[in-house]
Formats: sequence, structure tokens, C-alpha cells
Amino acid sequence: MRLALTQLNATLGKVEKNLEKHLVYIEEARSEGAEVIMFPELSLTGYALQDLTPTVSHHASPDDPVFKPLLDASKDIDVIVGFVEEDTRNRFYIASAYLSSGKVAHVHRKVYLPTYGLFDEGRFFALGDEVRAFDTRFGRAGMLICEDFWHASTPYLLWLDGADLFFFLSASPGRGLTSDPQLENVRWVEHINRAYASLFTSYVFHSTRVGFEDGLSFAGGASVFDPNGDMIAVAPYYEERLMLVDADLNQLHRTRSRLPLLRDERTVLVQRELERVLTDQLRDNVR
Amino acid sequence: MKELSLTIDTDLARKVLTGFIKSEITRMGFSRALLGLSGGLDSALSCFLTAEALGPGNVLAIRMPYSGSSQASMDDAQKVIDATGVQSMTVEITEMVDPLFTRFPDMSPLRKGNIMARQRMIVLYDQSVAFNGLVIGTGNKTEILLGYSTVYGDAACAINPMGDLYKTQARQLARAMGVPREIIEKAPTADLWEGQTDESELGYTYAEVDRLLYRLIDQRYTPAECIEDGFSETFVHSVVERVRRNQFKRMMPPIAKLSNRTIGYDFLYLRDWGT
Repeated sequence: MRLALTQLNATLGKVEKNLEKHLVYIEEARSEGAEVIMFPELSLTGYALQDLTPTVSHHASPDDPVFKPLLDASKDIDVIVGFVEEDTRNRFYIASAYLSSGKVAHVHRKVYLPTYGLFDEGRFFALGDEVRAFDTRFGRAGMLICEDFWHASTPYLLWLDGADLFFFLSASPGRGLTSDPQLENVRWVEHINRAYASLFTSYVFHSTRVGFEDGLSFAGGASVFDPNGDMIAVAPYYEERLMLVDADLNQLHRTRSRLPLLRDERTVLVQRELERVLTDQLRDNVR
Repeated sequence: MKELSLTIDTDLARKVLTGFIKSEITRMGFSRALLGLSGGLDSALSCFLTAEALGPGNVLAIRMPYSGSSQASMDDAQKVIDATGVQSMTVEITEMVDPLFTRFPDMSPLRKGNIMARQRMIVLYDQSVAFNGLVIGTGNKTEILLGYSTVYGDAACAINPMGDLYKTQARQLARAMGVPREIIEKAPTADLWEGQTDESELGYTYAEVDRLLYRLIDQRYTPAECIEDGFSETFVHSVVERVRRNQFKRMMPPIAKLSNRTIGYDFLYLRDWGT
């Protein structure tokens, strides 16, 4: 599978301008033989939207003026984009859509909205309420958005739901300058993505952005980890870039032949113990 | 005492800060910037960063001495101009501020210091129109936290690349960027009167207070934990109180809320809105 990871810099609140950029990158990726192109979180809108949120929302459907050209562009290359979704009852979500063969294959709504430190997502957005894997022409996949994969439960759920390909989209403001050559949050995300690829013997594709929004900087460093937990590609930090990666999907077979963690995962035990833990917690809370 | 390091990766800081300057200046529709150059470390570092971000030809450094300012400060500022290759200008403020000093003969050094700082702001903001550039800030995290600056004076700027670096870290970055050694090593001073130094005025060294602030602010230690770790109780309490008392200098003036949507509370946009 040839994948294009776009490490783009979005214009804050200008969906039309960002859409144009998406279409240019999609065309470039297609001409390079990519079969999937992946954009970062909120790629169509920019990140720190605040009160711009209701003005940049869209529906992932053919009658939407932004999704129409994206769906048209997805006829022979799968496209993963980040956007603000408004539901029929006017709630706004941070969402990602997987477009394939001119159709919307799946939409994920961010289930963990960081509302602490520099983050204020819970103020502007509604919580997504589903974590579901879905089928693609390359195999079963799952999408998560930034804070979603700072929690171990969400990738784990996707894994149990059959995902072998994890598409992680993020727009994480850089923070934590120390004597290390990487910012703390960049180092952290690389650690956990390596861990997910290793623990789930799966592919982790991480697209993230570059650029600035006021004093917030986005470091880039989009990356791919293979089922052995090896980093097979990483984009340069702080540079807008389209990075092509060839992922050998047969590596799933080889790694899992050696390391049958999926085969041995005791889901019934997990279910039983989780039910016990949650029942106990509920009882303690009631008491 | 557990030692927490303020050491930074200077290549990374340099990359982020020059990227920030370039991005924020250009998206506001400018290509040029200017700053006041005192001869001290902070404005020297800010000048080096801005020159690297925009190219030295797009940067104007302005020296604004008062008759009482030291010649050594002027000479040090010149070294920065020479080392970076930025454009430069000298505008003496003596004849602008002396009439006000004469009008109120019993004026304290603090009032005079504030007037000089604000007069320099006026010169900078006036030149920003003439030069078609934006004013770059030179205040570091230590002085912003301690409120060791003049509101609408040296604190005034369009963007500040220095504000998340403690003085100790600014010194480290300055060394890495080639700021002349004598500027890095001399005693920091606002140069508002002869013999003034920041550290004698504050009552502690930057190295000491940075270690404390790094614990309190960045690492979220409680004041009690800092005292347990060996910082003197008086020192900890005076710094905590100073940070609290100066919160007003770090914020836009509060607006009294009347309507459903009030600037500052629920009218929320980044400055980079639409760019």
C-alpha cells in the first residue's frame, strides 16, 4: 500500500482556501502512485477555532460544497481528511472522514476532547460517542483523532473490532522544551505510537501538521510504525511536506506469525474483569 | 534538593522562535520588524532571532539613550548591530522626557524610569509606521512573571518571541546564537540610573529566582514544597506574592460585562483568525 502523509499548514477558518490545498496535494499524491492520502486533524479548518467553529462546519456528503470535490477526487485514491462536522441537531464535532471510490466509507467523531492546560475543546465541541473499525480496500482500519489515542482504551477497542491499520490524525501544539532535541509532546506521541504498533502488531499511520497559530507551533514529524514497532518513515519537523510511504501489508502476517499477541488476547477475560471493575465502581459511587 | 534543569535544546528553541517571528510578521501582511536595542542581553537575543527570521535588511534596531545612560550600553548595542547586520538608528530621548521631569521636580526614580520606558515605546511605535514593520518584544519569562517591566513601556510589542524563556534560558540561547560574550556576561540592568542592576533591585539573582519560578510555575510545586526543598521561606513568599500582584501586567484591561457577548470573555478568536 502506497500512502501519502500530508504534513500541511492550514489557514485558520478559511475552508475554501484549505480545500484548494487539499485538492492540489491529492493530485500530487495520485500522480506519485499513492493509493491513500491522509491529512491531519482539522485539516480543512485549522486548529484553534474557538468562536469560528460554527462558521466552518460541514457534512461529509455529496451535496456538501466542500465534500463534493473531495469525494470526486477520491474515485481512485482514498482520502482521509479532518473537519468540523455539524450534526442534524446542530452539535459540532471534531471529525475525520475516510473517502473512497467517491463515497464516504466512515466518519469518526473525536471522543476525547482535551479541556485542560492550553486546550479548550470541550467548550466548543460535542463528544463523539463511537469507536468503530471499518473496512477499506486494504483491510480493516480505524481512525482516531489526537487526544483519542492519548487514551489506551480507544486503539484497544479498534484492535478488538478488527482494525489492523490505525490512522491517527493530530494537530498538537508543541510544548515542553527541555534539553532534549524533541519537544515533550512530540516525543510522547512517538513513544505511544510505537507502543501501539508493537502491542497490537499493527500499522500506525500518524498525520500531523506544521505551522503556527498565534504563539502555538505545530512540529510536524508525521510518521509510520510497522507491526514490529519499527518507525519506517518520519517527515521532517517544521516543514510542510507530502511524504510517500510504501507499507508492506504482508508484514502483518510475518509479525503475527512470530508474535501471536492478537491470537492470545483474552477478550472474554477482559470483558468479565471490566464488568466487575465497573460494577464495583458503580456500587462504590452509589454508597 | 532535587535539581531540576532549566537547560534547553537551543537548536530547537531557535527553530521554533525564528519560525514564529516569520510566520506572525508575514501573515499580518508585513515583512519587516523593529525593536529597541538597549545593549543588554534580552534585546540583543531578540535582535539576533529577528534578523535570522526575516533577514537583517528587514530589521531596524533603534538605540534610544537618555543623557544618563551609560556609554558602555551604547557600545554594546553597536556590537549587536555590527554582528547581525541589521539596519540601525539612534534617537536620544533626553529632550523628549526632560521637560516632564522639570515640570515635576520631586519625581521619583521609578516615575522617571516609567516615563523613559514609555517614551521609548512612543519612538518605536512611531518608527514602526515609518519603517512599515512591527515591534518585536524583548521581555523574558522571568521579568514578565515578576512584573519587572513598565506597562505600555518596554512591555509593549506586537509579538514577543522571548516571553517563554527564563532569563537563564535566554542567556543559554544567546550564547548559542553568538551574541557577543561581554553582553551575556555583564550584570543585567534597566540602565535607568547610574549603577542600577536588576539583581540588586530585585534582591536576588536571576539564577536563584529562575530555579524557584521553574518549580512553581512549570513544575507546579507548591510554595511549601519549595521551602522543604531548601528555598528560604521569605524568598518563596516574596516571589509568590510578586507574581500574584503583577497579574494585571499580563492581561488586557478587564471589560465590565453587560451584554451576552463581551470582548475578552465570550468573543473568542485568535489574532491569526483568517490567516
